[in-house]
Amino acid sequence: MTSVSPSASISHPEQGPEREIAVRVRGLTNQFGSKIVHKDLDLDLVAGEVLGVIGGSGTGKSVLLRTIVGLNKPRAADIEVFGQRIDRLHRTSRVALERRWGVMFQDGALFSTLTVRENVMAPMREHTQLSRSLMSELADMKIGLAGLEPDTANRLPGDLSGGMRKRAALARALALDPDILFLDEPTAGLDPISAARFDQLIRSLSESLRLTVFLVTHDLDTLVATCDRVAVLNYGKVLAIGTLEEVRANPDPWIQEYFSGPRGRAAVG
Amino acid sequence: MTSAEATFEVSEGADGTKVLAVAGDWTIWTIGDVEDRLRRLPQMAGTQLDARDLRRLDTSGAFLIDRALRSGPDDRSDLEGRFKNAPASVRRLISVVRRASPVTSASAPVKSGLQEMIARVGRGSVDIWHEFLGTLSFIGEAMSTLVRLMARPQRIRWTSVTAVMEETGVDALPIISFLSFFIGLVIAFIGANLLAMFNASVFTVELVGIGMLREFGVVLTAILLAGRTDSAFTAQIGSMKMRQEIDAMRVMGLDPMEALVAPRLIALVIMTPLLAFAAALAGVAGGLMAAWLAMDISPSMFISRFRDVVPPQHFWTGIVKAPVFAIVVALVGCRQGLLVEGDVNSLGRRTTSSVVQSIFIVIALDAVFAVVYYFMDV
Repeated sequence: MTSVSPSASISHPEQGPEREIAVRVRGLTNQFGSKIVHKDLDLDLVAGEVLGVIGGSGTGKSVLLRTIVGLNKPRAADIEVFGQRIDRLHRTSRVALERRWGVMFQDGALFSTLTVRENVMAPMREHTQLSRSLMSELADMKIGLAGLEPDTANRLPGDLSGGMRKRAALARALALDPDILFLDEPTAGLDPISAARFDQLIRSLSESLRLTVFLVTHDLDTLVATCDRVAVLNYGKVLAIGTLEEVRANPDPWIQEYFSGPRGRAAVG
Repeated sequence: MTSAEATFEVSEGADGTKVLAVAGDWTIWTIGDVEDRLRRLPQMAGTQLDARDLRRLDTSGAFLIDRALRSGPDDRSDLEGRFKNAPASVRRLISVVRRASPVTSASAPVKSGLQEMIARVGRGSVDIWHEFLGTLSFIGEAMSTLVRLMARPQRIRWTSVTAVMEETGVDALPIISFLSFFIGLVIAFIGANLLAMFNASVFTVELVGIGMLREFGVVLTAILLAGRTDSAFTAQIGSMKMRQEIDAMRVMGLDPMEALVAPRLIALVIMTPLLAFAAALAGVAGGLMAAWLAMDISPSMFISRFRDVVPPQHFWTGIVKAPVFAIVVALVGCRQGLLVEGDVNSLGRRTTSSVVQSIFIVIALDAVFAVVYYFMDV
């Protein structure tokens, strides 16, 4: 377990011929009542890439994210994160693994009783032994990294606009310098300008911090602007996965409709 | 994950430039040990960075290295030329972090203790006054809605009314009867002990009967409703408010007063007297049980004496209070629910103040009733 820190390791080669798999999902089946959401789904998230997951409403994009981070217990699955089966880990190694990912929820899920700075400091307080002043300085730096003004740090989440809340949530997800970042609809509900800035932010963070990003989205512009690869979920499986060009070439009628509709044409040209 | 310790060393080159050599892993997990020593380093302006032996670096480590290289928090000088032995990835990370670090940390404003205390007292007093006015206007609004509904009773939402009646009345019956039964039992025991000193233990019947019918039955019911129903009203309406359901109703032309407040008010006004009656009955039963067990007063004797010495006026003076308390509980609960704002905190605060307010008003009103009854001689 010494050389598997792709984002943090600077002596690590850029990306070798056989690329390291950050998250490997095999045979995932999820079922709620009689509704089958995933059936025998396979997916690989390559270390260092930004993978965009798309699919119609109710195809289980968010459920897939929740299953990988362990918030949802699947009916059957073999999920490995950095080569470790997450369902077979002991408590301590499980916690160690959880420190290596950051999750940004759709609505931010910031703690409403804490200021933005305290929100970002919350995971540091729980997991590190840093001094309070250093944690506060680091939190301010992460807040700046997420593109927020310094005076936002003292405000409560309730006083922030939707776009600022998303940035604050991103700052909290980055608090422990994770290797993998899970983003659930990061640009949903933002105006086009804020959404475009957020896309740039994700791209520049993933490049400068060498983050592996798992991104669930509906936003075609986000796909074009940020993602290395795209996975299409439908019928409970990964219908297609590859670069945007490869996926667009897929003859599946849903994919064709998705990309050749007016919005799709506007985004991918 | 095994990680190497973060270490550093400051050396001075032949030409007098200082060099900060960092080695090992500089990540959020390792920097805690070096932070303090690094902070105590003397002025480092112009120092060069040697990162030849640096293994892992994340933004937190980069922040610490950058902080050491900066002459002050507002130092934005170009870093190029300061790197002696650093791979491109390290340079990039440090530059990114330098750009993200705020020039001045916006610290929370500090207020003096005394000033803050006076301000709080002032705010509290104004709040109480506003709360009083707000409650009055809410009562007025609710009453005018009721009058309007009485003119057109087909607009009353009977489905909601019956649902609330079940939830707050029928479901509360067991707990209220139980509690009241035990209170009756306790009063009878205490009375029996005291009265036995005057050889008057048979007066226990009056004590239990009058106490339960006039006071305890109805007040206990009201307090229990304040804890059980009032908090539920605030939480239900409050979470509807948080999820903008109330706003949705308003823009659809649905009056929340009519749709949410009126059914709860009507249901409670109907159910509370019934519950108070059940409570009084259960309390007297508790007293009867105690008298039978402890004082050998048989149930038939208890009942016949009860009929002789406890005139029905006591029952009526008690039960008359029930609808008044019902109005208090329903209106306070609904009003506090409608005052909830967007965040979780205010939901908690409003639920608390709703229960506190309604218990306070119930007991204060009960005292008013007692004074009025005293002067009316009933």
